[in-house]
Amino acid sequence: MTVVPDARDLAAATMPPVPRTPDSATTTTASPAAPAPASAPGVDAAPKDASPAGTAPPVIPPATSFAAAFGAVFRGQLARSKVGRIPLLFVASFQSIGILVLLRGILDVGDTTAAGQVVAGSTVLVVAFVALNLLAQRFGALRAAGALDYYLTLPVPPAAVVLGTAASYAAFAAPGTLITAVSGSLLYGLSLSGLWLLLPVVVLAGVCLSGLGAAVGLLAPRPELATIAGQLGMSIVLFLGVIPADRLPEVGRIARDALPSTYAVDALAAAFQPHVDWAMVVANLAVCAAVGIAALAVAVMALRRVGTS
Amino acid sequence: MLSYAVRGLTRRHGVGEHSVLANDRIDLDVRQGEVFGVLGPNGAGKTTLVRQLMGLLRPDAGTITMFGRDVRAEPGLPARLAGYLGQGDLALAELPVGTAVATTARMRGLSRGAARVACDDVLDELGLTAVAARPLSRLSGGQRRLACVATALVGERAVLILDEPTTGLDPVARRAVWSALLRRRDAVGTTVVLITHNVLEAESVLDRVAVLEAGRVIACDTPGQLKASVSGDVRLDLAWRHEPPADDPTVAMLAALATTSGRRWTVRLAPAEARDALGRLTTGAAFAALDDFSLATPSLEDVYLTLGGASRDLERT
Repeated sequence: MTVVPDARDLAAATMPPVPRTPDSATTTTASPAAPAPASAPGVDAAPKDASPAGTAPPVIPPATSFAAAFGAVFRGQLARSKVGRIPLLFVASFQSIGILVLLRGILDVGDTTAAGQVVAGSTVLVVAFVALNLLAQRFGALRAAGALDYYLTLPVPPAAVVLGTAASYAAFAAPGTLITAVSGSLLYGLSLSGLWLLLPVVVLAGVCLSGLGAAVGLLAPRPELATIAGQLGMSIVLFLGVIPADRLPEVGRIARDALPSTYAVDALAAAFQPHVDWAMVVANLAVCAAVGIAALAVAVMALRRVGTS
Repeated sequence: MLSYAVRGLTRRHGVGEHSVLANDRIDLDVRQGEVFGVLGPNGAGKTTLVRQLMGLLRPDAGTITMFGRDVRAEPGLPARLAGYLGQGDLALAELPVGTAVATTARMRGLSRGAARVACDDVLDELGLTAVAARPLSRLSGGQRRLACVATALVGERAVLILDEPTTGLDPVARRAVWSALLRRRDAVGTTVVLITHNVLEAESVLDRVAVLEAGRVIACDTPGQLKASVSGDVRLDLAWRHEPPADDPTVAMLAALATTSGRRWTVRLAPAEARDALGRLTTGAAFAALDDFSLATPSLEDVYLTLGGASRDLERT
């Protein structure tokens, strides 16, 4: 009598050896399933070879520091965005420059207050596009796909994940803000001397809007809602940021004051004026920072909540 | 020392009429330094179980202790002690393989230099060095999964929790993963908990296996003991070239007992009966119709079916 070995074992025989013989030994004899070497007669066999570590519990590794985790998330996200960065950057700046050109035909060139607000509003819009819109989409998609498990099962502070991701998005918004602010200043004949204010404004507006974007993405029950909310948020930043405050109706002014990005717009707009009210600039930036910290705290809480749902 | 002690673990998904009892009073002990498998069909509650082991889901009832410490009281503990491989990989999809593995190592607390070395080692171990610079999304499905396995392995954790690590891998890559797991178990006593619905994987690498069905553990033992416990029967597989002669008494007897799939028959018989039947088939008139045949001891699939498992979506290869 010829008996063909089980196909599984034929497959196994052609593969590189594993340091243990499979238990699926085929038999042609009348004996019942031969017990595997691991399962000596007895009950509930223990793992066959005592590990070198013995029975001592392992040393529990410390949680990773915020700085190291932030750096790793930031670098990872930056590597990721390399693929799609150029077209997105183009879209983000193109949109803002388009608005600047459009409004150039309507506004008085002599009105530096209005012109400063238009340029500042368009610049902050670049940040809003990336931080609010793209980040909300990203976190919404990660949450929907269950991909946040990856971060939640690493010993890192959730704040490092949110901030590291936000910072990498903000980093690729930065060149767009510079291009928009410089071309806007030239277009409207504004002074470039206060342009250094762009740095703190972009950083703080970035923290503020990306905190909001991350919170929206993590809290939205469905990813489509996160996308819609992010885009809606960006549209509001567009309308209320670009249109000078004194041309808005009363209700529009109230909404403008309630919008966190307004304070970034006002701080940057001040930089284009001949006489800068530094107290106002600092106060505006402080509002951005406060809202940013609050929004990040909400995002971190949302991330934790996803982890223990 | 137990890596995990699970008692009365219960978790329900959803609320009201549509809720599903994903885990139903599960008791398990996972010992330090063993490769422990969770086997079962889709929807048996395997992923729900391991997500609770990782602190990603809160149990409705029951306790989980990890090396004697309560996971519910210390939700950050599994992330520090265990490397985890989930089913989704969107977080890593656009990252180059090397960056994905190295940044994961950094997030497990390795210094920059140590992370680079650990990354190179694990990529070499899994045969991924050639694709280190390519984003995961541009790899084949198998290589992409293998890259995710690399992120779970990097940074030497005492426990590895892997949700279907070898699904979609070719046999060579699958063996590479098994070797990597057993090497860690043997060298440093790593505990491995892995989900599988592949019978060959369960029989080849697992020290012990828990069989899950509809949220319950229906058996838990070594693969050999489980197979020995359920039945002395052997499995006779027959493949026919064309319809066998129905008037042949042996064919008629087997036809009555067989589970058929096209012209493939599977019959479970006592060893002596199977041997006699095969003897008569290979010497009689039916031999001309016989294309292939095999006789094998019960597999874990047989164990699963004998224990009352209803689903048939376990993989054999």
